[in-house]
Amino acid sequence: MASITLNTVRKIYAGNVEAVKGISIDIEDGEFIVLVGPSGCGKSTLLRMVAGLEDISSGEILIGDRLVNKVEPADRDIAMVFQNYALYPHMSVYNNLAYGLKNRGIAKSEIDQRVRKAAEILEIGEYLDRKPRQLSGGQRQRVAMGRAIVREPSAFLFDEPLSNLDAKLRVQMRMEIKKLQRDLKTTSIYVTHDQLEAMTLADRLVVLNKGQVEQIGSPMEVYEKPASTFVASFIGSPAMNLIPMKKTALGWEPEQGDGVNFDIRSDASEFIVGLRPEDLEILGDGAPLGAGLAAKVVVTGVEPVGAESYIHGTLGEGGQEVILRAAGKQHYDIGQVLSIAAKQEKIHLFNRQTGKREEEISALQPA
Amino acid sequence: MKRVQYSNPILPYALLLPQLAIVAVFFLWPAVEAVRASFYLEDPFGFGSTFVGLENFKDTLTNSQYARTARFTLIFTVLVAFFSLSIALLLAVKADKVIRGAGSYRTLLMWVYAIAPPVAGLLGVMLFDQHIGPLTELARSLGWNLQVGVTPFDTAFVMVITAVWKQIPVNFIFFLSGLQSVPKSVQEAAAIDCRSGTRRFWTVTFPLLAPTGFFLLIINITYALFDTFGIVDLVVKGEPGNNPITLVYKVFVDGFRGNDLGGSSAQSVILMVLVFLLTVFQFRMIERRVHYN
Repeated sequence: MASITLNTVRKIYAGNVEAVKGISIDIEDGEFIVLVGPSGCGKSTLLRMVAGLEDISSGEILIGDRLVNKVEPADRDIAMVFQNYALYPHMSVYNNLAYGLKNRGIAKSEIDQRVRKAAEILEIGEYLDRKPRQLSGGQRQRVAMGRAIVREPSAFLFDEPLSNLDAKLRVQMRMEIKKLQRDLKTTSIYVTHDQLEAMTLADRLVVLNKGQVEQIGSPMEVYEKPASTFVASFIGSPAMNLIPMKKTALGWEPEQGDGVNFDIRSDASEFIVGLRPEDLEILGDGAPLGAGLAAKVVVTGVEPVGAESYIHGTLGEGGQEVILRAAGKQHYDIGQVLSIAAKQEKIHLFNRQTGKREEEISALQPA
Repeated sequence: MKRVQYSNPILPYALLLPQLAIVAVFFLWPAVEAVRASFYLEDPFGFGSTFVGLENFKDTLTNSQYARTARFTLIFTVLVAFFSLSIALLLAVKADKVIRGAGSYRTLLMWVYAIAPPVAGLLGVMLFDQHIGPLTELARSLGWNLQVGVTPFDTAFVMVITAVWKQIPVNFIFFLSGLQSVPKSVQEAAAIDCRSGTRRFWTVTFPLLAPTGFFLLIINITYALFDTFGIVDLVVKGEPGNNPITLVYKVFVDGFRGNDLGGSSAQSVILMVLVFLLTVFQFRMIERRVHYN
């Protein structure tokens, strides 16, 4: 077990393509870090640099106190779980688990003990004599996990390990990985593009975009205080409503549409206002408006998903699109006009130019 | 497999007919003729033939020269198969690692494949020519008086070198594509599990190449046994004397130089049986062979 330190790590590919643009992260011993971002954001490249499968163009990577920039993958004391499992097809499950230990000159009895223990933890004991092709996707996934844990490494590296599984199995394995990591207390870096996986697994999330860190923080921090419009739209489902608004002679108006009542005192002349679908309350007729934001929304579509429904609508006729979350039982008609409101502390403000989060709204008194 | 229905029941057979006709005329008929001729003693001047039963086979199998040729063929086949496979594998492994200019590099290595066996033989013979061959010159400067066609060992040496040289590109292409079909992530997993690249090659890459390797082994044995006719012919210049030759070449020499058509036919029937056994063996092994993914 060890901490992992990334210090302004860069990856520049041939043709001057910069895939990773100077990323620094301090990962504590035993921490579960999830790197999340859309495809092409550099998260896999970063993970592979930690593993030693990609060269580091500049910067430093330390595992524990040891600088590993020039250390071979096998000598970094890490174990990796690959997206397609990467099991050795010609070896039995037992040998797949034992291979890394044999090459490190560990005694046969010790190998046997570790393999059987890992097999027991992952419930693959009865498949030890089988070849990978005789296993189902979920079982292969477990073997890949087993190959990592028998090594008892300083760190686990996961490269989208669940994306080849079906939805149900994915939820199950997600919980098992979390539990396993909690029991073993091994420092882990986990790469995914699935924000739900990221939220549920991480001690800390690292949201990446175009080779740069957008935000580092606990899942709830990132969810409640997204540092930029990118994070705001990437984390959370359905995504946060982002409404560009500008100050006019009549007060704050959305760039597209109308019927929004929002008032703050600020020197800025424009903002992007962020509103999570669940923070938008649907008001009954004649309900009083509190401090915050109120608007009229024309319903354009309803998506019932059981316990709740997502209501798609526009700010005024043909205005900016927004999504609301409503209780599943309530019925709404297309074309119906709803009064909605958001409490002041639930409103996120982002800079229109940079997309970065602005100062807290509570600091801005209503005009 | 999709079944295609023809409205006319004769049409599919009609479509097959040209191919079947070629097989019948050029393969089946000569084969049957060879089997028939192997039971007869053919008059050297073409005045009829006498049925002699298994005499031809008995003569062939008890002939000490035939035994010597068979022994040489065996050694020749083992050497050619071994060296052409191992050198090709080495080249393929190295070429697989080349990143810059990989395309042209590989094309250059495959180029020899385009040369017909007799031309390859001719080139080989020229390189080892007694008077003008640069390789003969090289050997001489190293103190080896290389005499192709005079010293049996030297003749055999040149035959093996030429045959190996000609076969390497074929093996190279297959090995290279075999190597490229080994999943990259499996190689990477191995890089994390095993420090030594050599050990990684023998424990992970090589076993995954085994199906390709086995297929090539059969191909190479067949090549060394039969397809080297042109090379042997050019090296011994049609007159083997006491130079080593392969079984297939002996069929030709005894039949067309020695005019012993019966004995020559018996020899080719023996070769036919050999090919048959090899084919059965191959299919058995391929059926049992593990096919990955």
